[in-house]
Amino acid sequence: MEETIRFELNGKKTEILLDPKLTLIWVLRTQFGLTGTKFGCGEGICGACTVLIDKVPVRSCTIPVREVAGKKVTTIEGLSINGNLHPVQKAFIEHDALQCGYCTPGMIITAVGLLLKNPAPSEQEILHGMEDNLCRCGAHVRIIKAIQSAAKEMKGGKLS
Amino acid sequence: MKKTGAGKTVSSGSTERAGLRRRDFFKLLGAGIFIIFETWDSFELMALPAEQRRALPADFNAFLWIAEDGSVSCYTGKIEMGQGIITSLAQMMADELDVEMEKVKMVMGDTDLCPWDMGTFGSMTTRFFAPPMRAAAAEARTILLQLGAERLGVPQSQLEVKNGIITDKMNDKNKVSYAELTKGKKIEKHLDIKPNVKDYTQFKIVGKPNLHQDARLKVTGQAKYSGDMLFPDTLFARVLRPPSHGAKLVSADVSEAEKMEGIKVVREGDFIAVLHKNRDKADEAIVKVNAEYSFDEMKVDDKTIFEHLLKTASSVNLIASKGDLATGRQLSETVIDSEFYNSYVAHAPIEPHTAAARMEDGKITVWASTQRPFPVQETISRELGIPLEKVRVNTPFVGGGFGGKSASLQASEAARLAKITGKPVMVAWTREEEFFYDTFRPAAVVKITSGMNKSGKINLWDYHVYYAGDRGSDTIYDVPNAYTTSHGSGSTGPKAHPFGTGAWRAPGNNTNTFARESQINILASKAGIDPLEFRLKNLKDERMIGVLKAVAELFGYTPAKNPSGRGYGIACGTDTGTYVAHIAEVKVDKKTGHVQVVRVACAQDMGLCINPEGSIIQMEGCITMGLGYCLTEEIQFQGGKIDNLSFDAYELPRFSWLPKISTLILDKKDQPPQGGGEPAIICMGGLIANAIFDATGARLFQLPMTPARILEAIKKIG
Repeated sequence: MEETIRFELNGKKTEILLDPKLTLIWVLRTQFGLTGTKFGCGEGICGACTVLIDKVPVRSCTIPVREVAGKKVTTIEGLSINGNLHPVQKAFIEHDALQCGYCTPGMIITAVGLLLKNPAPSEQEILHGMEDNLCRCGAHVRIIKAIQSAAKEMKGGKLS
Repeated sequence: MKKTGAGKTVSSGSTERAGLRRRDFFKLLGAGIFIIFETWDSFELMALPAEQRRALPADFNAFLWIAEDGSVSCYTGKIEMGQGIITSLAQMMADELDVEMEKVKMVMGDTDLCPWDMGTFGSMTTRFFAPPMRAAAAEARTILLQLGAERLGVPQSQLEVKNGIITDKMNDKNKVSYAELTKGKKIEKHLDIKPNVKDYTQFKIVGKPNLHQDARLKVTGQAKYSGDMLFPDTLFARVLRPPSHGAKLVSADVSEAEKMEGIKVVREGDFIAVLHKNRDKADEAIVKVNAEYSFDEMKVDDKTIFEHLLKTASSVNLIASKGDLATGRQLSETVIDSEFYNSYVAHAPIEPHTAAARMEDGKITVWASTQRPFPVQETISRELGIPLEKVRVNTPFVGGGFGGKSASLQASEAARLAKITGKPVMVAWTREEEFFYDTFRPAAVVKITSGMNKSGKINLWDYHVYYAGDRGSDTIYDVPNAYTTSHGSGSTGPKAHPFGTGAWRAPGNNTNTFARESQINILASKAGIDPLEFRLKNLKDERMIGVLKAVAELFGYTPAKNPSGRGYGIACGTDTGTYVAHIAEVKVDKKTGHVQVVRVACAQDMGLCINPEGSIIQMEGCITMGLGYCLTEEIQFQGGKIDNLSFDAYELPRFSWLPKISTLILDKKDQPPQGGGEPAIICMGGLIANAIFDATGARLFQLPMTPARILEAIKKIG
């Protein structure tokens, strides 16, 4: 049975008529063309599909779209504003914190969620916060550095 | 100047290639080259089907095209899967052609746009693709200078070229750009005498660190992978899978699935698929297919596999021989026999095998996450009975490969379903399918008999490797009596493995280096000599000695007999022409068997390093990824049934595992460039095994070194 689901997607109010049981990841990818959210395991383990729901990182492969009704969803495409990259995105470029890039959107979203909750995390807190996101290429050491440098820049007041 | 054959003029001055207009290009997708060379690893050779090899094009236009806006498209059949050649190839092209790096656009892995390439594996891009690509750029540059001299009315010797602009040295207002000369057309002139490429003293871009050129696309979610090639009418497909390798379909009832609204069921013999415009619905439908199987599996599991392999190995291949083993034994005061084992290991890229396919007007286009677009094109042509020129395989960014995307069954499946349904089809494997159909790094056994005299000089080395393949098997040490023998092949052998195996990052070498470097430390410990000193004493190869000394300095190593209790490990080796040496420090919890790797230092001699930034990232990646096969990664199975089919059950390295990593690339820019994506992973097994021994006195002979195996080894020594 189709229903109209209303939510905010990357800062824009949106509504869509669909089967509310469909998984958020596939709705984002196919109905909205937001393919930056990646399918890695479908079991909520690898983190490639992570999006922010009301500023909290959530695995979009494990929740039905009905659960975002009335909420704010941010995908990797919604992080940069008017072409200006989010400090975490910039830091990933500057630290070359990626290889194949497939886990990257989920890594960045998870890091943004972490910094929203804890703007000045220690290295241990970053390791802990990123622990459940998998990267097979082994970009980990650079991802940590990128998050540390983004945290510094964000604390500097460059991002509200 | 050297003559390399007659040049030929190619017709068609249009901006079209292979009948395609530029606007049809997907940005950053696409191209390939085939090169004959002799140092091909036999393991990789076996992994390839017997497709007819095609020749490298003689026309330099196959490698590059200068657009009217001055941008340069560089065509390669290689693909980008994180190894960073999108950056390093652009550096080489820009330097050779004398254009800005930003002007070079890489077109990768597109069978319509690019000349034939056998595939992206074996660290062959820089070693074997780059030389002809650079030669093409050098020829283009020379012709452009000739054309420039005609246009500007001055002798060629009076010209200089910078950033794609040819300028009269006597009058800097008298100048012309490459783009003005070519106007976006193919260059029709060719040289009979080919110009030399630049040497390292002339490089301006090569050898300088460059950040990933694709980073902005990847951090914004704009980078396209195969799964992102969605059309409004795309159908998501799920294919019926057997519960185990070797199971045969007896019957299948698809009626329940067919009842679902919007579901399309395809059935051709044993091939059964369900398709729906929503992925979720396809997922729902496939479990409604009621299938029965008969089982005729190999009676082997992850415990008995090693015995099975030793029994099965029939082919024997003498890899190297020197001196005489009986003499070696006579000259040895101490003789030590060891056996080493490693389990099956998965590639486990975060992007599962994925392919989109669309059939239009008799031509099929397939976007596939593959390391081998051209062989995939030939396979699809053969399987579907579609002429080769009507099959286009396009390779967007690949989300990790590590050898595992040499096999590309998903591309055939997508193509087949697109042909049958007439609709665009997406096949994106689930994580379970990814683990099930992976071509694992083969389980393997190594047996070594080695002997040394009183002073620790190795005089005997009898090395037998079973099923890993011979890459990295030849001893790197100076042993007068040394034999190396490979049993069974590194690739799938008849009745050897219960499922598919294949090349896994530095195939064979991880197994061989683990065994050799463990054995060297066993000897060193027995001789009561520091393991670094023991290596230096038994080495003659100056480059190996060079990386060992460099890594010792980088780490701040001080000598000690093992086990010293410090938890220091050391290992070295060669892969794809590159020399590597590592030293690590570990902490072992003797109560739980848990290992924390505290730090790893790695020194690498790779000849000329094209992009130091990219090479260091590869070294870090090798070290981090390598920790997995050291400590946790192994496939558990019973016959053809694989037990660990998820990231929960098959544990990859995580952030909490991270050691401090320090790296050093030796300055060898006057030497030819060698492999960079694989070498630094080969030492990890021996490195960590030696470190665990130094920490605990317990010797591990099997990878991965799980807590249970470590506790067992500790128990053994009391």
